[in-house]
Amino acid sequence: MPGLEDLYREIILDHYRSPRNRGELPEPPAHRAEGFNPLCGDEVVVYLVVEDGIVKDIRIAGQGCSISQSSASLMSAAVKGKAVGEVRDLIRTFKAMMSIHEARLGDGDETTASDGSGPDGEEPVDVNQLGELAALQGVVKFPVRIKCATLSWNTLSQGLDEAEQAS
Amino acid sequence: MSKTTSGTVPEALDVSAIKKDFPVLSQTPHGKRLVYLDSAASSQHPQAVLDAMDDYYATSHANVHRGVYALAEEADRRFEASRLAVGRFIGAPQPEVEVLFVKNATEAINMVAATWGRANLQPGDALLLTDIEHHANLVPWLMLAEERDLELRWIPMGDDYRLDLSDLDRLLSGVKLVACTTMSNVLGTITPFARIAEAAHQAGAVVVADAAQSVPHLSTDVRSLGCDFLAFSAHKMLGPTGIGVLWGRAELLEAMPPFLGGGGMIRDVRRDGFSPNVLPWKFEAGTPPIAEAVGLAAAVRYLEDVGLDRVRTHEVALTSYAQEQLAARFGDDLRIFGPAGTDERGGVLSLAYRDIHPHDLSQVLDQSGVCVRAGHHCAKPLMRRLGVSATARASFYLYNDESDVDALADALESAGTLFG
Repeated sequence: MPGLEDLYREIILDHYRSPRNRGELPEPPAHRAEGFNPLCGDEVVVYLVVEDGIVKDIRIAGQGCSISQSSASLMSAAVKGKAVGEVRDLIRTFKAMMSIHEARLGDGDETTASDGSGPDGEEPVDVNQLGELAALQGVVKFPVRIKCATLSWNTLSQGLDEAEQAS
Repeated sequence: MSKTTSGTVPEALDVSAIKKDFPVLSQTPHGKRLVYLDSAASSQHPQAVLDAMDDYYATSHANVHRGVYALAEEADRRFEASRLAVGRFIGAPQPEVEVLFVKNATEAINMVAATWGRANLQPGDALLLTDIEHHANLVPWLMLAEERDLELRWIPMGDDYRLDLSDLDRLLSGVKLVACTTMSNVLGTITPFARIAEAAHQAGAVVVADAAQSVPHLSTDVRSLGCDFLAFSAHKMLGPTGIGVLWGRAELLEAMPPFLGGGGMIRDVRRDGFSPNVLPWKFEAGTPPIAEAVGLAAAVRYLEDVGLDRVRTHEVALTSYAQEQLAARFGDDLRIFGPAGTDERGGVLSLAYRDIHPHDLSQVLDQSGVCVRAGHHCAKPLMRRLGVSATARASFYLYNDESDVDALADALESAGTLFG
């Protein structure tokens, strides 16, 4: 049975207590996207400035639990300054990590699929690519909290769509 | 039926003996004793309820109402006996026609909105609700208001978490229907329902009681409440899921059109129409939840054997103990959204602890085996009024005792340590 230490890693608590890129940006030039988790009332607002295909600036507003807020903070630090294509790859990788079957993150290696692929034959997820974001992988062991962790990423994806449509 | 007469102090509950009646309480999540503090969402089941349902399935199951053989007659007898037992429990004057078995309190209120509401409300008519309702007693009226272009009015909540009736007469002027909870599932507030109902009747309105939180905990008499309709669910009063009750005054039920159409609810069906059955079956289309009705009657018997006045006295003492302990151990770090004291409140404590999000709080408490509910508790307008998106809610029942409150406080302390 997973323990709390799997969920509340020190990096997560640090980003929850001291969120990065917290605040708002003027629109325009920023695009604003809102995400809600109707189950728990968590709310994430992403402000995004995209210039020349680069995420020039990002701010996070809203409120919610430690998982949704730390995930948003970690996300903002990870995507700032990156090309939109890279950010979209990161969103895919992060969401793949969040959809790995629980058993694959268990203690026993024997439960890991031999080809290392994710469900539905997806590309294997290399959590090493994710840096600090890998701290959130323990969330998968707490299925009701997965939506908390992915909320800001879905909101970012929506914000990127809007920014690209507008350009 | 209580074991004591009014005016005497009821004998204290033997909670350790009661705990043994509930098999689920011997579970050990995360290796810890199960501390179940979520009865306002759904209560647990004594063995007697499980046995009654098992016995029904093992010895007496057949479809009701249409069988002419001994087994079906026995099923029918148990089903209708359950109706009478439930009716007696709430003081129904004519339980054999006024107690309708439905899916839950939500369906009961939807039924009133869809039948009485559609038959009696015209565009521009006004409904009176309150600031503290559960979505079950809000959304059916919002749906009807949209469909019929109705005006909605609201009895406000005061800063003391009680309904503010100072403007009640003006609010009631011209109102056709009042829908009000008897006890808030978030605040624990016991509303002055009888007073509201009396004023509503003087104004010519019909009165609906959402009694899902009070019927399990407080002795209920539909006549002294003064309601025209009363809705509650079995699964909050030690009974099974899948069954609830709508009680209505017989003359109103007689005049209402049917709700769902199908077998059992008809007297005759022709190619060009149908005529509905008599009460209560007019409102019970299809095969009803028979085993669930038997389970609900067993739950009623269990509560009557213990005595609801003893349950209430126990919960008042436990709530008071919790208020004292939480205040002593956490001071201003912990806030309870609900009336101070215990007179006009039930054993429901909606908590905010420092700035720890209720979901995080609930997750940490779970590691100590402590089950509380985190979220908006299906009362979003009330949450907005309170200025929070969610709370963590601990709720008590007859199987909880001071050791459960202590476990809650200990677990809150570990949450405080984790989140620093």
